[in-house]
Parts: sequence; structure tokens; C-alpha cells
Amino acid sequence: MKERIEQLKNEFATALAAATTEEALEALRVAYLGKKGAIADLMKSLRDVEDKKSAGQWINDFKTTVEAGINAAAADLKEAAIKAQIRSAKKLNPTLIAERELGSYHPITLCTKDLEEIFMGMGFTIEDYSEIVGDYECFEALNIPKHHPARDMQDTYYLDNGQLLKTHTSAAQNAIMKKYGAPLRAIFPGRCFRNESTDACHENTFFQMEGMMIDENISISNLIYFMKTMLSQVFKRDVQVRLRPGFFPFVEPGFELDINCQICGGAGCPSCKNSGWLELCPCGMIHPNVLRDGGIDTEKYTGFAFGLGLTRLAMMRYGVKDIRDFNSGNLKALSQFKSL
Amino acid sequence: MFLSMNWIGDFVDFSGLDKKALIKNFTLSTAEVEDIIVKGEDTYGVIVAKIESIENHPNSKKLHLLKVNTGKDVIDVVCGAPNVRVGMKVALATVGGSVCGHPISEATIAGYPSFGMCCSEAELGISDDNSGIWDITDDIALGTDIKSVYPIDDIIFEVDNKSLTNRPDLWSHYGMAREFATLTGRELKKPVLQSTEGYKDLPPVDVKVKDGDLCLRYTAIKVENVQRKISPVDMRIRLFYCGSRAINFLADLTNYVMLELGQPMHAFDCAKVNKIEVQTFPAPFTFRTLDGTDRNMDDKMLMITSGDEPVAVAGIMGGDASKIEDDTSSLLLESATFDGVSIRKTSTRLGLRTDASMRYEKMLDPELCPLATERLLALLLSLDEGARVISSFTDCYMKHYPEITLSFDKKYVDRYTGIDISIDEIKTTLTALGFGLTEKDGNFTVTVPSWRATKDVTLKADIIEEITRIYGYDNFEVKPSTSPLAPKLPEKAKSEENRIKDLLVKGYRMHEVHSYIWSDLAKNKALGIETPVNVRIINAQTPDHQYLRVSMIPTLLSFAKENRGYGDSFSIFEIGHTAEGLRADGLVNEQKKLGVVLFSKKDGEEAIFLRARDAIVELCEDILHKSPVFTAKEPVYGFEHPSNCFAITVAGAEIGYLSVPYPTVKEAIDKKAAVAFFEINTNLFSAVAADITKYAEPSRFPAIEMDMTFVCEIGCVNFDTLKTVAKTAGGELLASVKVQDVYEGEEGKSATLTLRFAFSSPERTLTKQELAPAMEAITKAFEPFGLSAQM
Repeated sequence: MKERIEQLKNEFATALAAATTEEALEALRVAYLGKKGAIADLMKSLRDVEDKKSAGQWINDFKTTVEAGINAAAADLKEAAIKAQIRSAKKLNPTLIAERELGSYHPITLCTKDLEEIFMGMGFTIEDYSEIVGDYECFEALNIPKHHPARDMQDTYYLDNGQLLKTHTSAAQNAIMKKYGAPLRAIFPGRCFRNESTDACHENTFFQMEGMMIDENISISNLIYFMKTMLSQVFKRDVQVRLRPGFFPFVEPGFELDINCQICGGAGCPSCKNSGWLELCPCGMIHPNVLRDGGIDTEKYTGFAFGLGLTRLAMMRYGVKDIRDFNSGNLKALSQFKSL
Repeated sequence: MFLSMNWIGDFVDFSGLDKKALIKNFTLSTAEVEDIIVKGEDTYGVIVAKIESIENHPNSKKLHLLKVNTGKDVIDVVCGAPNVRVGMKVALATVGGSVCGHPISEATIAGYPSFGMCCSEAELGISDDNSGIWDITDDIALGTDIKSVYPIDDIIFEVDNKSLTNRPDLWSHYGMAREFATLTGRELKKPVLQSTEGYKDLPPVDVKVKDGDLCLRYTAIKVENVQRKISPVDMRIRLFYCGSRAINFLADLTNYVMLELGQPMHAFDCAKVNKIEVQTFPAPFTFRTLDGTDRNMDDKMLMITSGDEPVAVAGIMGGDASKIEDDTSSLLLESATFDGVSIRKTSTRLGLRTDASMRYEKMLDPELCPLATERLLALLLSLDEGARVISSFTDCYMKHYPEITLSFDKKYVDRYTGIDISIDEIKTTLTALGFGLTEKDGNFTVTVPSWRATKDVTLKADIIEEITRIYGYDNFEVKPSTSPLAPKLPEKAKSEENRIKDLLVKGYRMHEVHSYIWSDLAKNKALGIETPVNVRIINAQTPDHQYLRVSMIPTLLSFAKENRGYGDSFSIFEIGHTAEGLRADGLVNEQKKLGVVLFSKKDGEEAIFLRARDAIVELCEDILHKSPVFTAKEPVYGFEHPSNCFAITVAGAEIGYLSVPYPTVKEAIDKKAAVAFFEINTNLFSAVAADITKYAEPSRFPAIEMDMTFVCEIGCVNFDTLKTVAKTAGGELLASVKVQDVYEGEEGKSATLTLRFAFSSPERTLTKQELAPAMEAITKAFEPFGLSAQM
């Protein structure tokens, strides 16, 4: 028996070495481990053997050897097959793709969104308003008297029905005060129009963003704090602000707000005409007449308003030198603004 | 406006103060200073010298060889001025000195040595006279430093006129001095005046103000025997530094007083104008102003007349016929206040803005009239001893300045400022600015001075500005407000607008553009688009831009054309306002619209048309949770395609249209490319309420899908309609209908549409057999729509 098993062992080793395909290996498995295979034959011949225990042990050992041999060979074959598959796999190339261009937002939209988020975080509602307004909204309700130069033909586009294209976002103040009453926090971005010839620095159609905050005891001190906080958010860094007296009929006192020059930091450079300051936005305490016309009790409430030049802000933020690019429809310019 | 610190210094003692720092502070407290110019800094080593002898230069026809006496010695100077004269006193720039930054050194001019330069007034920067060297007539010792006798050293600052629009009182050195006095806490000195009290027994000037609304005050006085022709040097320097030109003594005097006190004055030649009427003229006429221009006048313009002969445009400019000539020795001096609005209108209509009109526009203080006259007389009589007043001071005071009294308390100031400005500080500031003031226990009563009462200070809020600007905004303690936070969501339309943009940019890779609210006739014409007559801008810069746009699309089509070189395919959009005629109440029917144009040289018209359709569907489904319905419609505008134009309807509301361009318009944009566009009224879009997602319990049983192919004419099929028809005919079990395949048909074969019908039941598994009647019903219902089932 033992000799027989030894002989089979040798035969198996030779056959295993020769089996280099899955099919050959399977044939080998059937030949040795199958129902009619060599090991089954050995088991059958066991009944003729005296020392059944030892012989059974030998057969089992042989079976283990065969199984291990076939499994190992199968694993090797599988690995070789995968390696071959990897070698022959089609090479992928992430660098070679047809250009898929992204869409783009108008830079004004991006700046507006950014500001809107800042103001929403500060509890402001965002309002929309028409672009065609009446004399009342644009001037009368803003304490701009009949003979004020702002009403002159050269500044305002007048329509043949007596209405006009709004010259400033302030034209929405009256309607918004009437809509919400006090207390009130609102911003209202919008397109404005001034009848002037265009050049690299002047456009007849541009964007502003106006803001108002009205409540009991709103003070100049609050205004300065607010503007500094808000502008630091807008410029994503701590900015210094200073107020100068400025005259706008709808605020009293009215201010011109300067920020420290964002190019030189305040040391003085050509951009700020060496003053270290950059005139950024008009603001002020809302004029009592304006509050009154908006239906707000001027003895109880005070408030401030400010106007940001969105178009100018966008020019500063993105380094746009010619304001006319904004309304040009030129995709070479405008497609660059993918996101903030 | 240019202001001289020397001049202001006549009224405020600046000793020991840094003038430049004061000017910077002025920016923070009063008005923006645009520029500070230091005069005389780079001029030194210039002395008074005398020409002793003159020889012609042997090598030049223009040059002279001078011997010049410097007081110490006599030196050689080569000079090219034509007006040299023996005995003439000149300003000699000596070697080592500097004239307006040009260093003076020994030089050889055309072969002859020169040890200095005789300067013209222009070279010294004190006038624009460069016709010859400065002929100094004052009695000054030779060798005297010129800067020790003439005010060449000065600091001039420029203030933006616009920032003084509401401050009529600041259009003068004296008004500015009041600000500086307040800011420095120093005394404001009064100008030297010549009282007119002593002339009251002289005969008055014949003055009649016929329009008391437009002329608030008219004062006049007559002076004779004025002999002086040229103003003193220091006066001329001040005028020049402040942007004015010396003309002659009398004209200079009126200008000087205007710059000093802010009151425009006019001097008529008494020989030509002996009496005055102030009135408007009934008919249009031509009037020659003293600048020699003939101007067309109308009946709204206020005139000064003399015996009903126009002699001046009131408050703007005098007439040519009555102007002061070099031989004028007697004059009628006007010091008047005119209505600002009237002056501005006349000035605008004539296209003539003068120093006088600019000041009148701001609503001048009528109290300035006598002050200015008294100041002018003081100057005149001190500079020309022979001059004699020959009339009384004649005063027609038609309309007094408003007397304004304001009451407020300390609490009001605290509430407005948010800080604690002391009662004493408030009192000091207001008193220094000229306000009358009484205070008791923190209750203030303030009277507004005449120079602030004409338009500037009318409310107590105006007083806050006075207190705070002098206190200094830089000195404010800044505090957050204690106002409670009540966040509000943005308007629905506003947030939806952002979502529309996001979807088009991110989902459809479109580019957002901005354009103008008006139609561009020229650009429309280039595309063969007719611009509809619409609401019109009456003062458009060009007739091409006079009509407001009705639709967003024409401009976007122009943009598409202009961007042809940008890429093979691109899409652009804009959300903007349009005007669609007038509403019943006469106001403009303003709408907000999204316009989208797709352009492609790669894809065909159908492909981009369907892409546009997809974008619309996604906008509606994503934002409104509702599907749009497309129905063929008649085009409204000429640029739409007559047979490929579709109305977009959501929840029964027509919100816009989808189309391809009219063939000629497309040709004009690009011969080869495909173009599609749609326009959605975002007001209508946002008016559609968004559905909340309706949850349906998922069926545990599988759905049965059945495909059915129909023979039909593809262009005539409206799938939106078919869906509705199928739902009705197919019964409750029909879960969905989808387009599975569209076969356009080739020659000999008819077009077919394959639809996939899905049926499902929440209760059981369905069988095909039991659905046969439903399918039959659907097929039958489709027949009237031109679909026949293909067996």
C-alpha cells in the first residue's frame, strides 16, 4: 500500500507540474479527487489491507497533499491570469479630454450674492425693486427738493410717460419702509441709471446696493460700528473706516465713508492719491423727512442708510479696469467669473 | 474752489498751529479737501534790484546786457524781456536762489556772463503775466527779499465745489475762517468795514425791485472819482492764487470781496447806468454780456435794467454796454441777493456759469449785502484816497431770510449720537458757529444764524451734524446696536432668481451677461429685427437707444452674434427688466424676465432646441416642483419662428415661450450655426406656488411596462397633451407614460413614436391580460390626435 501511495505521489507531482491551464488542473482534480479518482480507488482497496489505521492515515495525508497542490496551483494560475489581464488592460488617460467649459456668473451677481449672505447673517431682509420709478420715489420721498440739481435732465433718464429710470437704489427706501414699518433691516441691490457718456470709469447703467437699519435708539456710534464690521466682512479682512461730512438730502447728518486703502494699507499710494484713504460709500442717519414720508415715527425711531457701489466693488475685487466690460456681453471677459 | 490760508489768516490767528494739519482736519469736519498746494516754497533768493544801465546784446536782437544794482553791488545780468528800462525796479533772482523750483546759477548767455535773472510775474508764479519782467512800483529798498514784502508764501487748498452744495456760507474765505476758528477754538476776527451810516443824508440810488420773489434784496451805492487803475500786488497775488485773474482795480475789488465774503458784487459804470430796475422781460430778446457773447434771453430770466434798458443778467453776468472800462471813474455798486433756483435755471438755459451764479445757486444770505458793500468801501477808500461816496446806501429788502428757532434736549443728542457729548461742548460748538443759544438743565433753544438759515439748517437733526462734525467722528466711541435680531428670509422671487442662475450656470454651463434696459435700434437692424415703438426715453443719448426693451431676446441675439468667435457652442442668459407699454394707470408695465439664447456650430437646431427645452423643464421641476407644458403658438415678435414657437405653461399660467429664430434673423447671426432661445417672465414664474413633494407609498408589487408604437406625424404630436389623455383613458393603474423612441421615418417609411406605459397597483401583481382593455382605451383616445397604433 505504502509503495502504491508513494508511486501515486510521484506521478501526481509530475502531472501537477505539467498542468499549466485551468482545464488541465480540473482534469487532475477529477483524476485524483473525483468519485472515480485515484484516492477513491485507494479507499476502496483499503478493505484488503490489514493495518487499516496506518493505511487510512497514509491515504488521508496523500489526499491533503493533492488538495493543497491543486489549490496552490489554481491560485498561481488565477494570479497569473489577473497579471496578464492587468498587462493587457486598456490604458486610461485623465489628461486627454475634450474641453468642457464651465458656465459663469456675471461678476455683479457674484458680488451681490456675497453681500447678501453677509447681510442675511446680520438679520437683513433682501428686497427687490423696480427699475422704472416715479419722481416721488426717486426724489420727492428722499427729501430732494424740486430744484435740486440731481433732478436735472443731464443726470436722469426721463420717460415719455413722466416716469424715470431710477438714478439710485435709494428710490426703494420709501416703499420698503411702508412695506415693513419699523423696526427694519433691509438691503436692496439694484440697477441704476445716470444719463452720462460712458468711458472706462463711467457707465450709464450700473449697480448699487442700498441698506437701511431702523429701530429705537439707532445712533451714529452704531452706524460706525456697523459699517466697520460689515466692510471687514466684505473685504475679508479688518478694515479701518473714517467718516467725513457729506451732503445727501436724504440723510442728516450725511457722511462720506472712507476705508483705509486696500492697496497700500493706508501708507499712501497712487490709487488713494497718497491720502491712505479710499472713498467707498455714502451713508448717514436717515433724514427725519424721509422717515416721516415712509410712515415712521421720527420721535421714536432713528435709523441709518448706506449705499454701496456694487459695480465699483466688483471692479475693485476683480481688478476690472474698464467699467464697460460689465455690460459688453463679451464672453472673453465675462466667462472668467465661475464662482466667488 | 481754491482758498488761501494767508487770507483766512486775516480772520483767525493761526500762530503756533500746523496749517497743513488743520486743513486735513477740515476734511474730516467740514468738506473734502482735494489738494494742498504750498506756494513760494521753492522760490528763494529773489530780491528787489534796480536796472542801472542797458546795452544791446551784440549777438542777439532780443537780449540786453543789464547792469543791475542789488543794493550791495552792481552785477551783470543778461535779460530777454522787452520792457526793460533804466531805473526800473525788478525782482532779481540771485545766484544760488531758486524761482519756482528752477535753480539760479552763473551762466553765459550768448557769450556774455549773467549773474542772476530778472523775473516776470509768471515766472514767480504770482500771475499769468509773462509779457515782460515784473515792474515793481512800490517803494522798497534795494536788496530786500521779495518774500518779506509780498505774500508769495502761502498754503492754498482746493475744496470740491460739490461738497459745498448745501453750504452757501462756505463759498468765501470768511466763512471758511469761521470753520477754522471753531475747529481751533480761536476767535473769529471781523473784517475791516466802512460804515455807510455817514452817507445816509446823501441822495439815494433810484432802485425799483419789480419782482420781489426772484430778488430778495437789492442794495446800491454810488462812488465817484476813482483814479486807481491797478490793484496792489498783495491783492493781485491772492486773486491769482485763488484762481481769479487781476483785471483792473474796480473789477478786482468786486472779485476780492466776493472771494472774501462770498457776496457777488457788480460795478456798473455810473455814466451808463444811473438807476436800477430788477425785473423779468416779457418777450425774447438778445443781450450781449460783458464777455462779448450775444445771448438769447427769455421772459423767465431775471434782468437788471436801467430805464427799461437791460444792463445785466441778474446774478450771472453784466452787460457789455455798461461794463467798467479803463477810464471809468464813477460807479454804481450792486450788492444783491437773488433767488437761487431762478439763477440756476437761467444759468443752465444760457449755458453760462459764473463765480457769481455758482454762489447765488446755493441760496445766499441776504444779510451779506450791506456787509459786502461796507467791506468794498473800506478797501476802496483806503487804496484810493480820492474816491468819494456820492449816494446813500440804498436798500430794497424784499424777502427776509427765515428766522429759525430749534429746541431740543441733551437726551435727543445722546440718542442720535450714541455717545455722551457734554452740554458745555455743545454750547461751545454752536456758539462758535454763530448760533444763538440758551440752555437750561440740558434743554437747548437755538436760533440759526442768517448764513445757515437760507437752506442748510432747518431741523434739529441738522444741529446734530454741527455738534458731531466738530466733535469729530474719529473721536466717536463705536458700539454695536442693541436692536434685537429678527432674521427675515429674502423675497421668494429674489431667492428663486438665484436658483435660476445656479441651475443655468452649473447645470447647463451657461454664461450670465448684463445689457441695457433699452433696445439698440442699430444692433436690432443689423439682425433684421424690427424695434417696437415702446415707452420712450425723452433724453436718450442717441436716438438708437430711445425705446425701452420689450423683450430680453434681441440684445442676447446680438451678443450671440458678437461672441461667434468665442467658441463652437455657448449659451448666454440675463435676468433683466423690460417695459411692455403702459398699464391702465399710465405707469410703465415693467416686467422682470429671464432671456436665454443657445448657440452652436456643432449641434443642430433640434439638438439645442431640445437642450433649451430640458433647461426649461428642469427650472420648473427643480424650483416649482411642477412640469411645464409646451404648446405651439403664434409668434408675438418678428424674430420668433412662425412654426417653431411654443408657449410655456406651468400650472395653467403661460410664463414664457421657447422658439428658434426667424430664418433671416438666424442667417444674420450666423449662416451655419444653430440658435434657439426662450424667455420666461420671472414675475409670473415666481407667482406659481411650488408644490411640496407628494409622497406615494412605494408599491411592493412590480410594475408592468408595456411599449406601444404609433404611426404619426412627429411635428404635430404634443406629448404633454398625450400624457393627460392617457391618464384619463388608462385609469388609476397607469403610473407613467414615457417617450421610449422617436423614429423620424425615411423615404417610404412612416414616422413612429414608441411610448412606454407603466402600470402598477399597490395591492397586487398585475397581469398583461387584465391591462389589455386599458391599453385599448388609450389607443382609441390617441386616434383623434393623429396617432394610430402600429400592429
